[in-house]
Amino acid sequence: MDDQKPHIPRTVPRQSWTFSPEVNAEIRRAAATGIYDIRGGGSKRRLPHFDDLLFLGASISRYPLEGYREKCATDVWLGTRHARRPIHLDIPITIAGMSFGALSGPAKEALGRGATLAGTSTTTGDGGMTEEERGHSKILVYQYLPSRSGMNPDDLRRADAIEVVVGQGAKPGGGGMLLGQKISDRVAEMRDLPKGIDQRSACRHPDWTGPDDLEIKILELREITDWEKPVYVKVGGARPYYDTALAVKAGADVVVVDGMQGGTAATQDVFIEHVGLPTLACVPLAVKALQDLGMHRKVQLIVSGGIRSGADVAKALALGADAVSIGTAAMVALGDNDPVYEEEYRALGTTAGAYDDWHEGRDPAGITTQDPVLAARLDPILGGRRLANYLKVMTLEAQTIARACGKSHLHNLEPEDLVALTVEAAAMARVPLAGTDWIPGRGGGY
Amino acid sequence: MMRFDLADGGLRALNAALHALPPDTNETEWEVLNPKGAHAIAVGLDAPIEVTVRGSAGYYLAGMNKRATVRVTGSAGPGVAENMMSGTVIVEGDASQYAGATGRGGLLVIKGNAASRCGISMKGIDIVVHGNVGHMSAFMAQKGNLVVLGDAGEALGDSIYEARLFVRGRVRSLGADCIEKEMRPEHLALLEDLLRRGLAEGKARPEEFRRYGSARRLYNFHIDNASAY
Repeated sequence: MDDQKPHIPRTVPRQSWTFSPEVNAEIRRAAATGIYDIRGGGSKRRLPHFDDLLFLGASISRYPLEGYREKCATDVWLGTRHARRPIHLDIPITIAGMSFGALSGPAKEALGRGATLAGTSTTTGDGGMTEEERGHSKILVYQYLPSRSGMNPDDLRRADAIEVVVGQGAKPGGGGMLLGQKISDRVAEMRDLPKGIDQRSACRHPDWTGPDDLEIKILELREITDWEKPVYVKVGGARPYYDTALAVKAGADVVVVDGMQGGTAATQDVFIEHVGLPTLACVPLAVKALQDLGMHRKVQLIVSGGIRSGADVAKALALGADAVSIGTAAMVALGDNDPVYEEEYRALGTTAGAYDDWHEGRDPAGITTQDPVLAARLDPILGGRRLANYLKVMTLEAQTIARACGKSHLHNLEPEDLVALTVEAAAMARVPLAGTDWIPGRGGGY
Repeated sequence: MMRFDLADGGLRALNAALHALPPDTNETEWEVLNPKGAHAIAVGLDAPIEVTVRGSAGYYLAGMNKRATVRVTGSAGPGVAENMMSGTVIVEGDASQYAGATGRGGLLVIKGNAASRCGISMKGIDIVVHGNVGHMSAFMAQKGNLVVLGDAGEALGDSIYEARLFVRGRVRSLGADCIEKEMRPEHLALLEDLLRRGLAEGKARPEEFRRYGSARRLYNFHIDNASAY
């Protein structure tokens, strides 16, 4: 008699999709601390993005241009609508606004150096203009933010353009918070606040609300600067069609639309991941607003949020943008989240590539910190060179694609050059699903 | 006395002329006629000149002023003397919202009343209001002094940092983290000087005011204070 029990197969332990290990870890963290998670960066979730688009390239009906031989121009003019001194950039990739305070002085210097080497602009941030930034940036855009930290007419006049910041993609409708541990003596002095306290940046401008007021505010800024400077208006990806139209109505020379992959120095994770639109969804709506007003290419459009490569640049431009802006990618080029610091990232409870506690000021790469020892790790000259190299590669990549599409200027790329890999991307980008002539939602409203 | 008729010359020509003055100019007294509520009059000045606007001005009169003295004989629209750095701005009538917003220095005198959000986010400016101020005045005020000879509306000094508020009349309510503070001798001396410079000498005595400022309980985020935000 065989007393051995028959083998009964067991089910494999199954994790919940809804209550994934990450979700459960966040619930436990919230239960232990009683406070929401604050972090830097942009949305980390998988979103429809430029990866979901492909270029068709040349064929019998379209002939290509010869790489390295036939010209494919990359320059762009910004601010041609009203400014007496519009900006001319060699490449259509700019450096987005990031504050001194959130970033170290050497990091801001490195951004200026890299942008200048590559023939493009860099941008101040919430905290005012620093000498190292102005001194090393040939073309510097001065952000006009709700906090007005460090705002003064002399810096306004020293700038090459003014960017009125209404919102940013990581947190449209939200203000900012620079935690006390990053408020050093210098940061405190620039922001007129005591050292060591949390600095809240308002979510609305203190002296205007709505598009009619914005028009008057832009008038004031132009009068103060004798109509020399291009005036940008930056909005987070919320209602890009209407926001772009209203910015144009208010008199903007340039509209900057920042999708939800765009980074922030610090805000609530729930805000980053659950408010706003993906960059891909923003571009066609902003372009449509400009076209409907007859202002496409007259008011320039800069797109930001998750731009990483020349392919992203080419796709954004093909959809109708005049230029793009990079922030997170520029930080990575400087050394942010580099595996060379893996041991230190682990000591902080994270790993290279995932580090996003930028607000805590303990960045091993010395970029998002005010700790002088950590900040000294970043050589601004070397960092600037790395950023310039990266910008050069992105430009060459975009040119490669443009030539393959037969374009002699990056701005000649057009939606007709694109198809989408997914139904979602086809609907958002308003280009056909690959292998079909189907554009979901065509003919719908906004 | 230089006279500029805004109805003839236009805003751009006025501001351009004021910006173009050399540091040693002897054209130090200007009169602006027919403002008719125009916006951005005399903005971005940076010279020790005196500008008198005959009538009422719109938004942002004397915005970002440095060194100049700008006086409007009527009332001023929203954002008068916004982000002022130095100098003096005098409003003979009333001022609309956001008077002296984010001002970093200088003196703003409002002889009438100021509407809501007077001194919002102020960063070092001194503001003397002979009448009342509206709700949410001195919201997130960082530095400087706000003197109100009349009453203050709801939520005075909400989320205030290190600015000092002096109110002679009734305060309808205080905002988050704003409390009444002891008036010590140094504050009385400061107030006496502010009243003198604010053209209110003889209108009120320092002893008649109460002082308000930050309780500093919200300076660093703490979850137990979440309901206060």
